[in-house]
Amino acid sequence: MEVWNYVNGHWITIGSWTLDHLWLIFVSNSLAVFIGVSLGIFIAGKGREEVADTVLYLAGIMMTIPSLALFGLLMPLLTALNLPSIGFLPAVIALILYGQLPILRNTYTAIREVDPAMIEAGRGMGMTPRQILFKIKLPLAVPIIMAGLRNAVVINIGIATIAVFIGARGLGVPIFRGLRTSRMDMIITGAIFVSILALLADGLLALAEKLFTPEGLKK
Amino acid sequence: MIKLQDVKKIYPDGTKAVKGVTFEVKEGELCVLLGPSGCGKTTTMKMINRLIPITEGDIYIDGTNNKEMDENELRREMGYAIQEIGLFPHMTVEENISTVPKLKKWSAEESEERSRKLLDLMGMDPDEFIDKYPTELSGGQRQRVGVARSLGADPPIMLMDEPFGAIDPITRDRLQDEFLKIQEEIKKTIVFVTHDINEAIKMGDKVALLKDGELIQYAPPAELLAAPKNRFVRDFVGSDRTLKSLRLMRVEEAMKQSPRVVREDDDLEDVKRTMETNEINYLIVVETGNRLKGWINKEDAEGVDSGRVADAMVADTGSAQIGTSLAEALTVMLEKDVANLPVVDEANKLQGLLTFHDLQKLIGETYTERGGRHPEV
Repeated sequence: MEVWNYVNGHWITIGSWTLDHLWLIFVSNSLAVFIGVSLGIFIAGKGREEVADTVLYLAGIMMTIPSLALFGLLMPLLTALNLPSIGFLPAVIALILYGQLPILRNTYTAIREVDPAMIEAGRGMGMTPRQILFKIKLPLAVPIIMAGLRNAVVINIGIATIAVFIGARGLGVPIFRGLRTSRMDMIITGAIFVSILALLADGLLALAEKLFTPEGLKK
Repeated sequence: MIKLQDVKKIYPDGTKAVKGVTFEVKEGELCVLLGPSGCGKTTTMKMINRLIPITEGDIYIDGTNNKEMDENELRREMGYAIQEIGLFPHMTVEENISTVPKLKKWSAEESEERSRKLLDLMGMDPDEFIDKYPTELSGGQRQRVGVARSLGADPPIMLMDEPFGAIDPITRDRLQDEFLKIQEEIKKTIVFVTHDINEAIKMGDKVALLKDGELIQYAPPAELLAAPKNRFVRDFVGSDRTLKSLRLMRVEEAMKQSPRVVREDDDLEDVKRTMETNEINYLIVVETGNRLKGWINKEDAEGVDSGRVADAMVADTGSAQIGTSLAEALTVMLEKDVANLPVVDEANKLQGLLTFHDLQKLIGETYTERGGRHPEV
């Protein structure tokens, strides 16, 4: 009841936090996809097995760093680079890093696991490495890359709430404030909205995954 | 025409996969590269379209050294079919077949027309299959689409690496027959890799038998069977090579022409007398137009006292049509338990007579190692 009252009285504020949260997720995950897929394609290249192992290992380690600590570690680094060390930028950077493992690993695995017979056939018919990548490997990898992105987004929607500690806006704000002022209604409101967002994003991306899966792979 | 001149493949670790192979595939000829696994047959084939770089030696495609051509252009001029087929699952049958046409920037209409034509050639209904995906096809259909794709841009040369290797023996047999028929029509220059001696004999105009990276014998299949160059070839073609060579020879090559015949309404007594005086116990019965009716033998005729030939004739003789292999003819003989088989044409007109005795003689000849008669192909 208290929660409902709170929500009812603060529609606009909650709405703006939600939008901030979404914007943070959108920016960070768009960049994460771009970086993760490019890097994934790169390390899936021939003769780069060792590079791939290292990169995937590092991305794995990244996931083990507690988010709060990562935000803390980014601050001196960004200060040294003369960049804003609090607010949107460090939050985006941290979320990109957290999103890397699922996207990178899925891209890498998907490309590595394309049936060698198809690549052999492609080469034998005179397709250039580029054509093989864009016409065979990537279309076949898309569903798996999408699954990785979905994973990353859902993880990041949760982690983004913590970004409030370094001054980023979003649904972490009511939780953070609620904690400081012992306002259970604010904490629960924040938590509920984060959950709803995560569920919605998961559903939407699952739909997108289906949409992007090439027709021939569905049958 | 494809010409290999002292072609070698030596890997950085010193492994010699191909040790100086020289041979020539004439235009319109199907050349089978045959040998046990690890003999270098696939490596040799892949050096033709430079999927594997040549270490030493030269390969000429219609007189041009393939090293001087752009590797992708080179490959687009050669059809490529492999055992695993490697159809692209995210593309329709048409998109798969149009792979090379698209690379060569054919228009959409041209590509589609070509795909339809190729499906038709493969015995698949274009309207039914053109928009299907590979997962919706059976193994045999996929194999056919794989071959259709390799013919996509109508290349003059085709490289086929065990293209019928991944299917059940019955379907394989049918696909081989179909492909031979297609080849008669399209007359491509083909390099065909297999480890299956029976496939090699069936498909090849010429067979190149390789062992440990060396070309041991390069000959038409019949010669390979009749005159194996050494022990390895003899062992590889198998102890049943005579039976195999029967598969290669046609009945018309072994039959007696214009055998003695009688007619149904001939007088039985006359016929019996003819058999007696000529010491023959078997006569073919024909009707108007020299069409096969049946046969009459001495024993049966003896039991019938008088009348006409028809009274003592056996109608179901079994027969072999012109073009049938001797192996098939032999099977019919064994099934029907007869020692004589009339040979007829499509209209059931008598062309000759194949006797078990002739077959025996032929088998004896192929078994003679040296100086024996080699059946011509």
